[in-house]
Order: sequence, then C-alpha cells, then structure tokens
Amino acid sequence: MRRLPLLVLAGLAAAALAACGGSPPPQTAPQPNADSIAAAERAEADRRAREEADARAREEAERIARQRAADSLAAMGRTTEAVRTMLATMIHFDFDKSNIRPDDAGVLDQKISILQANPNLRIRISGHCDERGSDEYNLALGNRRATSAKQYVVSHGIDAGRIETVSYGEERPIAQGHDETAWAQNRRDEFEILSGGDALRHP
Amino acid sequence: MSRTAGQSDRRTVAPARAAALLAGAVLSVCPTVRLSGQDSSVVDRGVRVGIIYRPGVRPGMVLLPGRPAVLDSVRAIVARDLDYSDRFEMITLPGGDSIRLGAAANPTRSSGRGRTGGGGGEAAGLNYPLFQALGADFAVALAQATDTTVVTLHDVAAGGVRREVKKRLPPLTSPDFRLAVHRLADQVLQASLGAPGVAASRLLFVMDGKVWQIDQDGADKRLVSSSDRQAMSPAWAADGRRFAYMEFWAGHGQLFVQDMATGKRAAVVTTGAALDFTPAFSPDGKTLAFSRAIEEGTDVYTVNLKDNCCLQRLTVGRFSDNLSPTYSPDGQRIAFVSTRAGLPQIYVMAADGTDQQLFAPFDYGVTGSSNAPEWSPDGQSVAFHRDVAGTLQVFVLDVRTRTVRQLTSVGRNEDPTWAPDSRHLCFVSDRSGYRQLWIIDLETGRIRPLLQQSGARLPAWSPRLPETAASTP
Repeated sequence: MRRLPLLVLAGLAAAALAACGGSPPPQTAPQPNADSIAAAERAEADRRAREEADARAREEAERIARQRAADSLAAMGRTTEAVRTMLATMIHFDFDKSNIRPDDAGVLDQKISILQANPNLRIRISGHCDERGSDEYNLALGNRRATSAKQYVVSHGIDAGRIETVSYGEERPIAQGHDETAWAQNRRDEFEILSGGDALRHP
Repeated sequence: MSRTAGQSDRRTVAPARAAALLAGAVLSVCPTVRLSGQDSSVVDRGVRVGIIYRPGVRPGMVLLPGRPAVLDSVRAIVARDLDYSDRFEMITLPGGDSIRLGAAANPTRSSGRGRTGGGGGEAAGLNYPLFQALGADFAVALAQATDTTVVTLHDVAAGGVRREVKKRLPPLTSPDFRLAVHRLADQVLQASLGAPGVAASRLLFVMDGKVWQIDQDGADKRLVSSSDRQAMSPAWAADGRRFAYMEFWAGHGQLFVQDMATGKRAAVVTTGAALDFTPAFSPDGKTLAFSRAIEEGTDVYTVNLKDNCCLQRLTVGRFSDNLSPTYSPDGQRIAFVSTRAGLPQIYVMAADGTDQQLFAPFDYGVTGSSNAPEWSPDGQSVAFHRDVAGTLQVFVLDVRTRTVRQLTSVGRNEDPTWAPDSRHLCFVSDRSGYRQLWIIDLETGRIRPLLQQSGARLPAWSPRLPETAASTP
C-alpha cells in the first residue's frame, strides 16, 4: 500500500502546478507563411524544370549519339560496299592465255591493299574462258587463269591460305554473244568474298 | 542411202515396153546385173524402167512390206537401223516407202514370175529374180506369230532363206521395246554380212548442264542426270551398265559413277577440294582415269573404282597441263592432251604413266590446238579435234602409222566419240547453223544429224548394250 500515497502526491503536485500557471502558453503549431510557400513552390518548379531539361538534354545527347552511331554504321556500310565493289572488279585475258595483262596489275594491286587492310578477309578467284576453245581444255585454262591471279597476289605478301581458286571453263559466260566483244568479256577472273567481308576497311 | 529408180544418174531406156522386155532379157541372161526398181512417179502406168550397173556398191537390202500393222513400228525401226548401219543400199520399193505396203506387191504379180500371194512378205515363195532385178541382195520380212515376232532374212542371190529369228518383243509401251527391236536389226546385220551392228547402242550427251541419253537413231531422248547441279563429260564403262561424269560443286568438280539401270550414283573419292573432270573408265572397269586441276596445274590421275581408293598421279605437268585421258581398248595405254610443247596436243603413255610421248604429229608453231581424244574400240584410231584456221575440225589419228587425217571441213566440228563398230563417229557441229550432234560414217562419208535440237554437246557413244542394261527407270 505504499505506492498509493505517492500517486496521490503526484496528482496533487500536478494540480498545483496547473493552478499557478496563469495564461496558457502560446500555440507552437506552425502558422502558414505565404512567402515561404511561394519560395518552396518556385524551388520545386525549378527543380522539375531542371530535371526535365536534363532529361531532354540526355535524350538529345542519346539521340545524337544514336545518330552518330547510325551515321558511322552507314558510313562503314558505304565503305564496305565500296570496298566490295573494288574487290569484285574482274580482270581479263587474251585468247588461250593466262598471264596477267599489264593494265590489270593495278586492279590486282588494289585487291592486295584490301586484303592487307582487312586481315580476316578470305576470297575465291574463279577463272573463266570464252566459248571458242575446247570445252574440257577450258577447265584447265580457267584453272590457270585463277591460279595466275592468286600467284600475283601471294607474291605481294598475302597469305596463300586466304585465297581459293576454282575454274568454270566456258560454263558460266557473262556475255552471251558469239563475237569478240562477248568473248573478251568472258575471258576473265571473278573475285568473290568467302568470309570476313561484313565490315570492310578502306585500304 | 536409199536407192530410188529413175534418178538422173541412171540411163533410162525408152520406150517403156521395150525397157521391160530388156529388163527381162538382161535378167535371164545375166542375173548378177543390178537393175533399179520402177520409178515411183510412173509406176501406176507400169511403163518405165531405169537400168543401172554399178559395180562395187554395197549390198542391196529391201525391207518387205507386209502385215500385220502392229509391226509397223518394228519395221520402221529396223529399216532405219539397217539404213543407219551404212552397210547397205537400202532399196525403196515403188510407192516411195519400203515400209508401206501397196504398190510393192503388184509388180511382183504383174511381172508374171513366181506369184507369191500374201503381199511378198511371207517367208515362203519370195520372187527372188524380181528382187534381184531391184538390186536387192537381201530381203527382210517381218511377221507375227501369236506373241512372237519372226524376222526372216532372204538371201536373194542364193534364192533362199538365210536366217530366221524368232523373238518375243516387249510391248510397244515398254521402255525396253526400242532396244529389243534394235537388237533384231543388229541380228539381221550379223546374219547378212557377218558384222556386228551398232543399232543397240545409245549416246550420252550434255544439254543445259544435264546429262541425257538417246538411242543411236535419234529417238527416245531421256534425262539421266539425278541432280540440278551443272554436269559435264559423261563417259561410259565398257560394260555399258555404268557411266561416269563430272558435276560442279562449290569451288570444285566432283566425279560420280552412276548405274544405268537403277539411276543410283556414288561419288568418286577425291580430296574434296580439287577440280576433277574428264573421267575415263579403263576397259576392265576397275580404274577411272581423270584430269585434276590444282594450283600447280592440271594432271592425269587414276583411282581404284572398286575400293574407291588409291589415288595415283600419272603425269607431273609443273608448267604444263595434262588432261583428257582415254584408254586403249587393251587397257595398256592412255592417250591424253598435254600443253608441254605450248599449245595442247595429243600424247600417249603407258597406263601406269611411264613412257610418255607425242602421239599425233604436229608442226610446231603451225598446227593449232588439239584436244578431246577418244581411242576407237578396235584400237586402231584415235579421234580428236584440232584448231584449223580458228575453228575446230575432227581428225583421226592412225595408231599404227601415226598419221592424221582431217575428217571434217564444214563449220565447227568437235568432241568426236566412237560408235562400237569403230567406223561411225558422233560429234558436235554447227554446220546447220547451230550446234548439234551429228553422226558420220568413215567408210562412206555419209553424215546425218542425231538431234534437231541445239545446245547438245560432249557426246559419249555407248558400247553395244547388254540385255540387262536395257531398262531405265
């Protein structure tokens, strides 16, 4: 029973304190301040604006980056296409001959540069003949024509393993006529990409 | 070559009745003198007879018209085969066509000699003097006895039946029918002249990148290629049951051997990366020789077909090409093309590659390129083509004397291939304005187109085809 008097005392003290307190203490709850609200709103708006601007800037930057990437891809594609076209340029031969003509050496030099600039590139050279020779002998002659181009390229430092050769004799003419114009076009070497030709560097 | 009466090179005796009398007189006095038949344009009046005496001509052959009509196709095929053998003067009976019945039987009767009845096609009672008067040495009659076809060969001079062949032919619709009839024609030739014919043979050739076969008389063209890839250089095995050819694959040429009867084919072993072409069977069928093009050049190789193994290199060209091998029929030697002297020319070596030497002589710096040799089945000749003034011509090399003679001169002529009788050659010619296959008889010089289609090339004439190789699916 000793705790009860303490509680009573505490209650009395509290009552006494309350009785001699006089006027109540001022309200401490915040009063709205118009100026600070406006400031805060401004700050908030500024922040949002900044964020939006940043986002726009980022988007713009990204867009530009994407554009740049696309542009460079297109440029690269254009380059690849240009290099492919250079690579596909045919060389031609005299009747029943397989030696490289002097005016075709430059064409082969260009192919050497391309092969040097694109070390993963592998190609196939196919030799072709006109219809005047013997059908079966022309397979051997076409083989000579493909091989002489390969030998030229290899003699300028290109790895022989990067070049395949094949002969189609007179079986795949590109000009169908039966005159010297057509024959001259058909006595040729063609160059095609076997692998490593997806993105070619200009030499 | 058919012989018709009344042509410009024959002396015509008139008036006609006198001629008829004279014909009878000549016949009775000198039976060996050949008389031509009646001119078909006036035969209905029965008044004109041409007379000609030509010593040393080929024996006359007449194919008798007759019934039944079911034999018309057989008769047509046999007549054409005998004609295309180039060993007979085919005698066209009045009426224009020896296979048509009609006018032919009437002169027999009207001549008053040996009435035969039954249209002259029956085996018995042929009017031999009449046919002798027509210039015939042999007469062939066809008849049908239930399901058996009876071929009777009459020896006109001897006045009797030389041989009778009975054969059950496959039905007209059977793929074996034509070959069976061709065999009948060959039997007639064998029985009459003792020479084996080439009627029962076919040719392979390339058209539009595919391999085709065709009977030697130009009928029954069929596709034998079994893939869509571009093919070249078909070559027969000596047994006539298989053939080899080359097909273009990505970056190389693959050789195949295909069975004629089943159409099944097997790839010939290669390194897988080379360009192999111009296959040629050894006569025993065990070895396949071919050309192989690698970066070093083109050379002749052989492979063991039975075990699909054992690649052997026969030539080492270094700075020249060696290609297009063809075996001698005894299998001992191989003729081939080599550029060792500059332009391609025809060389020969032992079958193991030793003893290589020039085969067809040429003038250095003058003679043009020579290519596509094929050794004849009798071993005596090698046919090839040679560039003459910018175009190709067919030549034949005499193996014993090593002399060459030019066979063709009209247009461009190339890629000759021998018939099994070693006297006919098929080759490609543009003499008619476009390239097609032609057949020439070396004995008579007679030439005929095999095809009327352009674009056919690289022909390969079969050996005489065995019975069991007849069917093709």
